[in-house]
Amino acid sequence: MRPADCHISHDSDQTAASATKNFPCCMCDLEPRQTAAAADGSACHCCVILNLQILSGSAAGVPRLSSLFSLCRAFFWLVSLLLASLVWFISVHLSDQGNARLQYGLLIFGAAVSVLLQEAFRFAYFKLLKKADEGLATISEDGRSPISLRQMAYVSGLSFGIISGVFSVINILADSIGPGVVGIHGDSPYYFITSAFLTMAVVLLHTFWGVIFFDACEKRHYWCLGLVVVSHLVTSGLTFLNPWYVASLVPIYIITFCMGIWAFFTAGGSFHNILKCLSCKQEDDSRVMMYSALQVPFED
Amino acid sequence: MITFMNNSDSEDEPCNERTSLMSAESPPVPSYQDGLQASETREAQTHRKRQTGSSRSPNNVADEDTSDLDVRVRESALENEEEELTLKYGAKHVIMLFVPVTLCMIVVVATIKSVRFYTEKNGQLIYTPFSEDTPSVGQRLLNSVLNTIIMISVIVVMTVFLVVLYKYRCYKFIHGWLILSSFMLLFLFTYIYLGEVLKTYNVAMDYPTVILIIWNFGAVGMICIHWKGPLQLQQAYLIMISALMALVFIKYLPEWSAWVILGAISIYDLIAVLCPKGPLRMLVETAQERNEPIFPALIYSSAMIWTVGMAKPDTAAKGQSQQTWDADGRENHSSSSHSDSQILDTRSPAPSHPITLEEMEEEERGVKLGLGDFIFYSVLVGKAAATPSGDWNTTLACFVAILIGLCLTLLLLAVFKKALPALPISITFGLIFYFSTDNLVRPFMDTLASHQLYI
Repeated sequence: MRPADCHISHDSDQTAASATKNFPCCMCDLEPRQTAAAADGSACHCCVILNLQILSGSAAGVPRLSSLFSLCRAFFWLVSLLLASLVWFISVHLSDQGNARLQYGLLIFGAAVSVLLQEAFRFAYFKLLKKADEGLATISEDGRSPISLRQMAYVSGLSFGIISGVFSVINILADSIGPGVVGIHGDSPYYFITSAFLTMAVVLLHTFWGVIFFDACEKRHYWCLGLVVVSHLVTSGLTFLNPWYVASLVPIYIITFCMGIWAFFTAGGSFHNILKCLSCKQEDDSRVMMYSALQVPFED
Repeated sequence: MITFMNNSDSEDEPCNERTSLMSAESPPVPSYQDGLQASETREAQTHRKRQTGSSRSPNNVADEDTSDLDVRVRESALENEEEELTLKYGAKHVIMLFVPVTLCMIVVVATIKSVRFYTEKNGQLIYTPFSEDTPSVGQRLLNSVLNTIIMISVIVVMTVFLVVLYKYRCYKFIHGWLILSSFMLLFLFTYIYLGEVLKTYNVAMDYPTVILIIWNFGAVGMICIHWKGPLQLQQAYLIMISALMALVFIKYLPEWSAWVILGAISIYDLIAVLCPKGPLRMLVETAQERNEPIFPALIYSSAMIWTVGMAKPDTAAKGQSQQTWDADGRENHSSSSHSDSQILDTRSPAPSHPITLEEMEEEERGVKLGLGDFIFYSVLVGKAAATPSGDWNTTLACFVAILIGLCLTLLLLAVFKKALPALPISITFGLIFYFSTDNLVRPFMDTLASHQLYI
């Protein structure tokens, strides 16, 4: 039984047959009551895909070397998740498994440990990246490394967000393909769509946190670091209010928006930049060409 | 095997080369055997230049001092340049290998998740005769270990046989064997695969159409792989063949045996490539002595060579007649697939005269990875995807682990510049991540998802 099965009902005799496979049911016909689930599922897919398209469009200009770094970042996140799962697993097995409240408490504890470990690994990755940056700078011909630290911060946050989002949502997506009815046992029927929105928020948040975190570590503004960690904990805590979505989704999106603005200003943006960017089509063409002629491409 | 060669293969036509040429200019690097001599000649040359320069003004002692300093600065600048280029190319090669490995894994995972044929148990190969349907855990473990021992010994025997054939120059025999294997793979296995896919999606197809499709696919594949063809088509065929072979392994290897075999084969790979008397190392050394491309069969190459304005004798072009043969027939997939599980790093032989940075030739340092590595990576990820719980997190975790292992291996290759096995690091990471994700992370994430909690 997949966890999403709690929220989706299947024909009971199909469940037994499908115990060996992931999909709840492959062979039964799609009945009218199941088309609602299909619509929800497709909306969920669209949200996630839209989110990823936005982010991949923004990441299109990133040079190849940073795709290596983003893979390392994903690996670090996986390791942090592994350690947190280990802690949770041990705590669960050492405790009384019948006590539901205790188990819920242990789950909260596990989630908090996971958040703290993620931030710790983000810091460790920052240290590693600094070393790599220095190494690349010393051996490059003009003393500068091919990727700026800002770019690395962005890529690091983005890859953290992508792997975190994908791990959260992919099983739900896979289950949403199969026929079924969402929430027939009294759970919320908006499970898929809210999962999609939450995942999108998580991905964006990690990207913004990455930028802010790296900048804070560079400038040694430790209060910024603390704020990032606290906001991560708060966001994770807000999801505990699900399925009371008004109380969880709205604040999370407010936090996302605030973090976005903060990250924008941290990365050096300003209103002037926005105006210049929006009106850049009317810019003098010769000036643009001169600038690109001056720049020596470091990578292809 | 991964070969970090200047010589790539099989792309001869100028129009294709021009369109698929990657812009890269690099100073030619001497081969690692002659590395010391080449750098000495280079140093001697610069020193001689400086000497002649300083002899013109013999009274000026300060001039000699600055000239010595210039020599040192120039040498260190050359070293820095070398290092930077190595790292840059290292990074580029890592990316060039990520794409085919990812594609192969995607094909395998997509097939496993959709076509049920490859997860059904319909018997076992003769290489794994012991069944795992035993009541006790100990008996099952024993059977899987015995299966592994048999499989690995078959692989060892085949590899040694192949090395012996290569040593005694029985090239025709090897050619024939590989052609037969690739024939069977391209026709029979593709036919079975197509049949199962059509069955899954309930698409009706008549025999004449099937014959037409399979015939075209197979014939073009044989030509591309064994003779000439566009590089990308060849790469695509090699990826498809590796995926087919991996699917066969996933279907016919029993559960526990598969994991033990994966572990054992990475240990064997380590021994065979790094020990002085290992068969693969002997193969590498024999090929280097004969100045031939290192075992051209069953290698995926990611780039091609196009030498323009050669400043050195055409030793590079001599070794270009290799084609990438690919053949993984049932009987001999174990040997052929295994013999490529190594990374090699060869450069073209040192030129007859030292080449300064001005006389550069346009060439691309290609990276080659053995198809056996593709196959075993895909087997690991496919097995992770085929678990009864159907968890996607496990698949993703294994995928990331394998790519990180590949990255580390290529980094070691750039550092050590000699033949390295491609399997051990990736498979170790993959196994660790598979078992830990399946047993620790999956319950945690499932419990979180059931309460719709996000971390």
